[in-house]
Amino acid sequence: MVEPVLVWRRLVGAQIRSQFQYRLSFTIDLIGNFLISFIDFLAVLVIFHNVTQLGTWRVREVAFLYAFSSISFALTDLLIGHLDQFPQKIRDGTFDILLVRPRSTLFQVIGSDFQLRRLGKATQGAIVLAYVVGALDIPWDAGRVAMLIVMVPSAIVIFGSVWVVGSCLAFWTTDGGEFTNAFTYGGNFMSQYPVDILSTWLRRFLAYVVPLAFVCYFPALYILGKPDPLGLPRAVDFLSPLVAVGAAAVASVAWRFAVRHYRSAGG
Amino acid sequence: MRLDWEIAKRGWRRYAAYPWATAAGVFTNTIFGFIQAYILLAVYRHRSDVGGYDTADTLTYVWLAQALIMTVYMFGWQELALRIRDGSIATDLARPLDPQRYWLAYDLGRAPYHFIFRGLIPFAIGAVVFRLHYPSAGDAFAFVLSVTLAVVVSLGFRFLYNSSAFWFIDVRGVMMVSLTVSLFLSGMVMPLAFFPHWLGVVARALPFASIMQTPIDIWLGKHHGASLAGVIALQLLWALVFLALGRLTLRAGRGKLVIQGG
Repeated sequence: MVEPVLVWRRLVGAQIRSQFQYRLSFTIDLIGNFLISFIDFLAVLVIFHNVTQLGTWRVREVAFLYAFSSISFALTDLLIGHLDQFPQKIRDGTFDILLVRPRSTLFQVIGSDFQLRRLGKATQGAIVLAYVVGALDIPWDAGRVAMLIVMVPSAIVIFGSVWVVGSCLAFWTTDGGEFTNAFTYGGNFMSQYPVDILSTWLRRFLAYVVPLAFVCYFPALYILGKPDPLGLPRAVDFLSPLVAVGAAAVASVAWRFAVRHYRSAGG
Repeated sequence: MRLDWEIAKRGWRRYAAYPWATAAGVFTNTIFGFIQAYILLAVYRHRSDVGGYDTADTLTYVWLAQALIMTVYMFGWQELALRIRDGSIATDLARPLDPQRYWLAYDLGRAPYHFIFRGLIPFAIGAVVFRLHYPSAGDAFAFVLSVTLAVVVSLGFRFLYNSSAFWFIDVRGVMMVSLTVSLFLSGMVMPLAFFPHWLGVVARALPFASIMQTPIDIWLGKHHGASLAGVIALQLLWALVFLALGRLTLRAGRGKLVIQGG
């Protein structure tokens, strides 16, 4: 278990050192990532310029969802966002190389293109979170602190699993990588807002089947002390870590199944 | 003209060659359309009018924006920047064909493909699920004209920020800033009607509204007579301004060009 982590650290460390060689480029990239992630937050502010509540949610509560979703998504993107470029390996057949090396293929794909500049997006979410937590006046008790600690890792695992499952499609449709975007970028977009405002069928599909409601919505209900507008029992708020484990298991099975269907393009 | 037509056909074919990419894009645009539609519908639980938009206007806006997102190519076009970076631009400049004319013709061939295959299906799905606003024949005609101008404004802008590659080897930062500004101020992220009044006024005066907000407003029948002529003229003006600036940058860049490694 320890050994892959060490290998990953060496791989990523080497990539970070190389990115620091082009310091100006790196800085501009970091700022660019920071700026572009503001767009989604501006959208939230524009909505609340027109209404004081969205369903039962006030602006600070939605900002809380927004901040958590964008931090978790940005960190997922930092760790495995380069899965978006991985269909190229299938298209040109270079995936063959990964198959003959003595590490799991998923591990190799994930360790192959770490871009530290993506940290810019997480910074923006962290700033919003710091402001909102200060403004919301949450009665922090042991339960809430525990939830705060487990929710980001759970969210990252859920987002990451969705990303991996989506990427598996590339083994069948080499140029259909954008399917994944509906669930990754679309999932992030959805998680920034309360799921109870979605229509029933879309909520069932995106929030429960693709378990995106467990990324932020349920943990946030608990931390904010809000009753669920949909009337689900409070116990559901604590399921995120379990859902994360389940999602990771599904992703792992899906990836292995997909790799067995790989037909080389002869790279 | 014959030459432009041939280039345009290649622009169409380049994208028609990847049907799965088109299907995947349609699916993603549709999911985004649904999420945004329900978020904005929640706004209308509390009020019946936002900046002159009723529910049908806003829902139509959401689906038209998803339908047009690829047509006007909002997201990261960097083909010119890549050619400048790897030095292929030197070959382009040696050809008896102006690169800006080439990309304009290519883009005007690409845009109808994306309009038909990336735009119509998400819009049709939105139209089945929600009650949308449909234009009069006159508005529909003006809409098509306005979308065409929107493509030219967009290409003019993309050409301009891509040309910065003559000065910066890595244009990613410039691209991200350009993208941030144009996505937000075009009305792609949120209809400008939802903006605070002053910001809406500023945004409408800037060129980016011509890429998204203007054609959609025309579809929604928000412009007639002098006002319609005004917004179309403004689109035309921004198209010419961007193309002229692109020419100047290209000329300046030509003198600056250093090919990396022959």
